[in-house]
Order: sequence, then structure tokens, then C-alpha cells
Amino acid sequence: MVTRSSSLGRATAVLTAGARSRAWGDRLFRWVVTVLGCAILILVGLMVFKMVDSSMPAIQRFGLAFLWGTTWDPVAQQFGALPFIFGTVVSSLIALLVGGPVGLGAAVFLSELAPAWLRSPVSFLVELLAAIPSVVYGLWGVFVMAPWLRSTAEPALARLLGFLPLFQGPSYGIGMLAGGLVLAIMILPTVAAVSRDVMRAVPVAQREGMLALGATEWEVIREAVMPYARSGILGAVILGLGRALGETMAVTMVIGNRPEISASLFAPSYTMASVIANEFTEATYSLYLSALTEIGLALLGVTLLVNALAKLLVWRIAPPGEGAR
Amino acid sequence: MGNPLLRQSGRGHVRRKVINLVMLSLTGISALLAIAVLFNLLAWVLIQGGSAISPDFFVQTPKPVGEAGGGMGNAIIGTLILLALASVIGIPVGLGAGIYLAEYGDGRLGGAIRFVTDVLTGIPSITVGIFAYTVVVVPMRGFSALAGGVALAVLMIPTVTRTSEEVMRLVPGSLREASLALGIPRWKTILRIVVPTAASGIVTGAMLAVARAAGETAPLLFTAFGNRFWSTALDRPIAALPLQVFTYALSPYDDWRAQAWAGALVLVGMVLVMNVAARLLTRGNRQQE
Repeated sequence: MVTRSSSLGRATAVLTAGARSRAWGDRLFRWVVTVLGCAILILVGLMVFKMVDSSMPAIQRFGLAFLWGTTWDPVAQQFGALPFIFGTVVSSLIALLVGGPVGLGAAVFLSELAPAWLRSPVSFLVELLAAIPSVVYGLWGVFVMAPWLRSTAEPALARLLGFLPLFQGPSYGIGMLAGGLVLAIMILPTVAAVSRDVMRAVPVAQREGMLALGATEWEVIREAVMPYARSGILGAVILGLGRALGETMAVTMVIGNRPEISASLFAPSYTMASVIANEFTEATYSLYLSALTEIGLALLGVTLLVNALAKLLVWRIAPPGEGAR
Repeated sequence: MGNPLLRQSGRGHVRRKVINLVMLSLTGISALLAIAVLFNLLAWVLIQGGSAISPDFFVQTPKPVGEAGGGMGNAIIGTLILLALASVIGIPVGLGAGIYLAEYGDGRLGGAIRFVTDVLTGIPSITVGIFAYTVVVVPMRGFSALAGGVALAVLMIPTVTRTSEEVMRLVPGSLREASLALGIPRWKTILRIVVPTAASGIVTGAMLAVARAAGETAPLLFTAFGNRFWSTALDRPIAALPLQVFTYALSPYDDWRAQAWAGALVLVGMVLVMNVAARLLTRGNRQQE
């Protein structure tokens, strides 16, 4: 009896010692991965702080007028970001108008219509569009798309819709339209993949109910699937917008890089990301660098907002971990 | 009845069928259009790049204007060095954060990290370049491979984190419980049971992240900066394939443009191989299940 209880006591002692060291190991491990997790928070925080800090001279010098100043003249130390903001906004809008519907169409096809054997390869190909490096899109844009725009598409647009100021003026190929179209191609896979996931998350009963009432397939899509997936699809489009706003290389290569505000889509333009890409290493004095960083900060702020909004919208439909797979 | 579906018949019926056909065709055309653009782009890269590429391309450095030949050997090595650096920095952080989110991340902090990680995915790569410039280039007083690696690492982290979290969440709880019941501490359970079980998914995520980083140009412009000569030093500017393609594409010389296409071919080849490999890896995994 005595020996048994003492051996039991010893066993308990060993077990608690084991548990204690185990708890210690667990605590250390948990601490390490928590730090790594928090590193991401710190990273984003540091990024915002550093960029605010570096753009302070420009913010103090120009104030809010920076955002609507139209002169960008580094020689005269005059910095106004409006031409770039205009270029970014308009090229992104073109991208949404062209890439949004096509991406959505492809998503409907993939989610509702494609037979099973076709779905997976087509999905893969559409997603490959997202994998092509931006600089390759730029190369293709400069040597394939821009010449086509100059010789074929822009003259045709001018003939058909030339009464609109949007489609007037000489066609260079390189310009706002080229930038917008390259962006449209680049956001297409984002819009297609996310809205496809969101539509697949719509319960089958929704569709069956409509079909049982005698609706056509398109009516099912329009009346039963789309309304259900609406906020997710909106999220997908906004996610695409975020990508279009921040995209740099391809746009820089095809948009013409001239800081002017023109009504014509054929005219060269300039975007916020492009001016940073082109001029950052050439910025010879600190105010110049600071002005460029302020543009970067504005871009960061806008894309953070846009992405946060998109995430919230997509999460409502296809919660992460369920639909995102 | 008020229901349009019940009211319509006769000509309405035909109209509905026509609309159905038109709209469904439009969605098919959209998908076709996306694929057509992809194939057009790949065909151009293959034809133009294929005609400009040669064995020299992989081993030589860029030649001055007017001299024939030359290659992007230094840029290919440079890109590999940058990717290795980015992986060394980005994958441990991303994986660690992924483990935190999957195993401990159900609280409010986990939610915050998850949200910020997702938002980080969408940050423009050019602003990541500015960030790396302020935290690495300015203190080191010069452009360097290290700065480029840091910039690419920041871009890789969110992909690695989210994919590793997702695949670790797929590991059945019973595996964890069995291990814990044997008296194995939690940290060992995670490192020896959960992570290996999810390994193929984690590798897939890492490969996709590397593939994405391989093609990034914007964050390298003022971090790695580019270099016309052989350089493997981490504290000096280093050449990178996408940078070289960018510079050559916009040059007025035909030789250089041809080289840009060749560079694009190598770049696309690298990225596609990594994507297809990642794809096959997950498929093999699914078949096992």
C-alpha cells in the first residue's frame, strides 16, 4: 500500500514535471508564432508610418492643394498630383467597364454553364492570366496591342463614336485607352475567379426553385443567382478595381507618360503608380522624393480602403475558409 | 396572376428563349475572349522570344548597343538570388503567421491579423518598393540585392500565410487529438503532425508566392535597381530579369527589343512551370484523400 502510493506519487510528480516543461515549450512556441503573426500587423503599420513620415515635407509644403494642383514641374519645384490621379481613375474605370462585364460573364459561364470536364481547364487558363508578369503584359501591350489600336481599333471608334470628345483626336496607339485595356485584361481573372467562387456558394435550392417554376437558365442566373451573390460580385469588382489602381509596369509601358488631362481616350496620360516608377530614382532633391512618396501614400490609402471594402463584401457571401478554398 | 413567368406564353415564350440563348452565348464568349487573349499573348511571347533566344542568352551579360549577341545570364542569376533572399525572409514569417492563424487564431487578434494579411495582398507593389527603399536603401546608403529581397518578401508573406492557414485548417482535428492524447506537447504536435500533413498545400502556396514575386518589376526599380554586369553581392545593385525586360522593351534598338521578348519568354516559362507544378501538387494531394 505504502509502496503503491509512493510510486503513484512519483508518477504524478513525473507527469506534472513533464506537463510543466511541456507547458513551457508550448508557451514558447505559441509566443514565437504570435510574434510572427503580429509581424504582419507591425509591417503594415510601419509601412504606413514610414510613408507618412517621408511624405511630411511635401504635405507641409503643399497641403491639400497637392491633390488638385495640375502642374508637375520638378525643375520649378511645383508639384500637383491631379494629372496622375485623373490618369489612375480614368484608366481604372475603363478597366472596370471592359474587364468587369467580361470577367463576370466568364464567371457565370464557369459557375453555371460549363460542363464539369470543361470547368477545371478553363478556370485554370483564366487564372493563368493572373500569373503572367505585369512587365510581359506591358511588352505585349507596346508591340501587339498598341499598333492594333492605332491602325484598327481607334480609327474605327473614331468613325463610329467620333461625335463624343472621348474618341476624338489623333490615334497614337499608346495612350489612356491602351492603359485601360491592358488593365482590363489584368483585372479580368480577379473578377472572374472571385465572382465564380461567390456564385458557386449560392445554394442549389435557389436555382432548382426557379427552374421548377419554368424559368430559363438565364432567368435563373439573373433572378436567383445574381441577387443572392450580389454583394460578393460587387466585392469581386472592387477587388479588381484595387488591382487596377495599383498596377504599375504594364500601364507605365503603354499609357504614354505625359502629365496632361485630356478629354480624349486616345491621348497619352500618366498614372500615380507610373510617375513613381519613372521618376523615383531620378528625384534629385528631397522635396521631389517626398512629393513622389506622397503620391504613393495616397495610392496606398485608397487601395487599403478599396481592398478592405471588397473583403468585407466578399466575406459576407463566401466566408473565408469555406468559399475561399 | 402577377408573376411574369406564368403570364408569358406564345410569343413571350419565344422571346424568353431567344434572350436565354443570347445571354448564355455572351457568357461563353466572355470566357472564350479571356482565353483568346491569353493564347495571343503566349503565342507572341513564344514566337518572338523563341526566335531571339539562344544558348548565349543564358550565360552572357548584356552587350553595348550595336554589338550583336549578349544575353541576360546575370539577370537570370540575379532573379534567382532575389527569389532565394525573399523566400528566406518571407516564407518563415508567412508560415509562422499561418500556424498562428490556424492553431491559435480564433480570437480577436487572429481576426485582425487575417484581415490585415488579406488587405496586404492588395497593396500596390510599387508602394512596397517605396517602403523597402525607406527601410533598407536609405539606411544602407545604396541600392542593393537585399533591399530587393525584402520588397519581394513583403509581397510573398500574405500568400504564404493565407494558403498555409487554409491547408492546416483542413488537417482533421482527430489527428491533433490523437497526438495530444499520446502526451506529445502541442508545439511538437503542430510541427511534427499538422505541418507535415499539410506540407503539399504549404509548398503549393509558397510556390505560387515565389511565382508571383518572380515577375514583379515595380518594387525592384528602386531597391535592386538592376545591373549590367555580373554581380552576386547582396549589398550592391543586382540585375533582375523583369527589370531587364522593362528596360529593353522601351529601348529604341531592335536587338534589345528582341532580347526583351527572349527575357519575357524565360520569365513566362519560369512562372508557368511554377504555377503548373503547384497545380499538379494540389491535384495529387486531392487524389490521395
